[in-house]
Amino acid sequence: MTATDQRQSETGGPRTLFDKIWDRHVVVPETNMVPAVLYVDLHLIHEVTSPQAFDLLRQRQLPVRCPERCLATVDHSVPTSPASWQIRLADMDVAPRNQIRKLDANCGRSGIRLLGINHSRRGIVHVIGPELGATQPGMTVVCGDSHTTTHGAFGALAFGIGTTEVAHVLATQCLLQRRPKTLAVEMRGRLPEGVTAKDAVLAMIGRIGVDGGTGHVIEFRGEAVRAMSMDARMTLCNMAIEAGARAGMVAPDEVTFDYLAGRPMAPKGEEWEAAIERWRHLKGDPGATFDAQVSMDVSDLAPQVTWGTDPGMVAPVTGRVPESAGQAALEYMGFAPGEPIEGRRVDVVFIGSCTNSRLSDLRQAASILTGRKVAKGVRALVVPGSQETKRRAESEGLDRVFLEAGAEWHESGCSMCIAMNGDRAGGGQTVVSTSNRNFEGRQGSGARTILASPLTAAASAVAGAVADPRSFLDQKRRIA
Amino acid sequence: MEAIEIIRSRTVVLAQANVDTDQIIPARFLTTTSRDGLGAHLFADHRFDAHGQPRADFVFNTAEAAGCQVLVAGHNFACGSSREHAPWALLDFGVRAVISTGIADIFRTNALRNGLLPVVVDDDFHKKLLASPGTEVEIDLRRGTVTLPDGAHAEFEIEPFARFCLLEGVDPLGYLLSKEPEIRHYEGERAWRP
Repeated sequence: MTATDQRQSETGGPRTLFDKIWDRHVVVPETNMVPAVLYVDLHLIHEVTSPQAFDLLRQRQLPVRCPERCLATVDHSVPTSPASWQIRLADMDVAPRNQIRKLDANCGRSGIRLLGINHSRRGIVHVIGPELGATQPGMTVVCGDSHTTTHGAFGALAFGIGTTEVAHVLATQCLLQRRPKTLAVEMRGRLPEGVTAKDAVLAMIGRIGVDGGTGHVIEFRGEAVRAMSMDARMTLCNMAIEAGARAGMVAPDEVTFDYLAGRPMAPKGEEWEAAIERWRHLKGDPGATFDAQVSMDVSDLAPQVTWGTDPGMVAPVTGRVPESAGQAALEYMGFAPGEPIEGRRVDVVFIGSCTNSRLSDLRQAASILTGRKVAKGVRALVVPGSQETKRRAESEGLDRVFLEAGAEWHESGCSMCIAMNGDRAGGGQTVVSTSNRNFEGRQGSGARTILASPLTAAASAVAGAVADPRSFLDQKRRIA
Repeated sequence: MEAIEIIRSRTVVLAQANVDTDQIIPARFLTTTSRDGLGAHLFADHRFDAHGQPRADFVFNTAEAAGCQVLVAGHNFACGSSREHAPWALLDFGVRAVISTGIADIFRTNALRNGLLPVVVDDDFHKKLLASPGTEVEIDLRRGTVTLPDGAHAEFEIEPFARFCLLEGVDPLGYLLSKEPEIRHYEGERAWRP
């Protein structure tokens, strides 16, 4: 036991998973006057929120303190169009091209590993961290991106920071942090067929609100969470920020260890055995208490879709827009109070983003699209989360399923989730999207986003309207 | 950074709750590698129509809003992304403080790191501010108070270290750098890997 652990165990009392990770990363404890100095194990970097941070270091003549603890990639502004498999910088707009060049130069100067634009393992930063085994249980992980909460699925403390704090971490490998509060979200029962982690987390946000998690770190617990794959747990933690939470996390277990085993950056051999031994202790002590608790039974949950302009404006796909819905959201979305959501005509379907672009998400979408066609007049884009995910999907023939159904099969990137790279919807178009934000204009000026699971998105692509994926699953059974 | 002690200004009111960072600065403007000049795009999709013409009905385009340094915003202001472009755009436009009943976590930290005051007040006082757009307020960072012309006031809290840095005009990075011996000690002592 280190002296640090010694000091912390002397404070006594059962601790939550969050407490244990926090305590182990405190370099200087917080007092009334100063926040804690918290150590960062993994710093993920992308092209959009880092250039000004590197500039700040240069102005102060500071080196990057621990380049080996950084991992960089390009995802937000990269083109994903099928023709651009060898993306040439010359073909890009000046501004994003400049960002990508700057990241290249900044990483090169500092000795930071960059999975650049034509690297075979590049992808969305929150997809490749786990995929490479860089994200590991017990770590502190930060990135200049709010969906960094994704990495909490591994039992890590992971959260988004702004560019000034990106500079702080580059310069000192530390952050100034006040200890957040904790919120336990218990998901009881088993998710029914056709209902996914995306539906569960949308239902949670609907219940606690888009500021329900503010100031808190969420620990997702319960039978439904334990039964989830790592991909599903990542979806859950990814959306913790949409409830305003600082972070989301799930205690690691055999599912976590199985996922990480053999990944390129995961420990090997004896180190792997030792790591698993340590990671098994990463769970809350019996009797550890949270600042707040929410419990929900998910065994009767229906697929969830949003009808408004924030992720808390959500209803079952079989439900109606609330009578009490706000005027601004209704006007933007073109919905009337009390209108059924199922059957709303759809122009675009987007399957992708750091929320739902992993192999199991693509498999789910393909399970609906196999032997079916995307409805006439609907543009369906499938954008894998990484080049590795893309290759694995292709080795299973998923690309054929999508293409034969009439969907587009893209290179990896953030794409239409944030609409920075040219993939965007038009004003007034309705998009059923597996991404994380239905904010006004998020997928293009005036575009109307309906958030949903990959199953619901695929079903809606086929129907040409918002559709309940469960009816498609039933049909498949009948045919079989 | 410039020291801040007192901000006196008329207010501009944006009462809607949950105004997200995509509204404050749409993602298509994040392709810049600079932190300057983002004020031109502040609330771009609300300030300008599809042809780039100013929308007369948006509050920031009104004559009364000109020169206002204090934004009174609805609950849970600046939820969403971690883009520091949001406080950069507000500051570049001339906004120096945001008053609300709730401000999203990442934005609040980003604001503090750039000298934009995130001021959280109680519901009653907030209602008063919402009801009187253009009122003159005085924000006193040292005392932690917002005062209206009639003397009504509310207290607010700012994380003590951030407050100290703002009052003194110092950068918290200097403090972190001064902890290098402790950081080295921590790294040496840590027998385990993450």
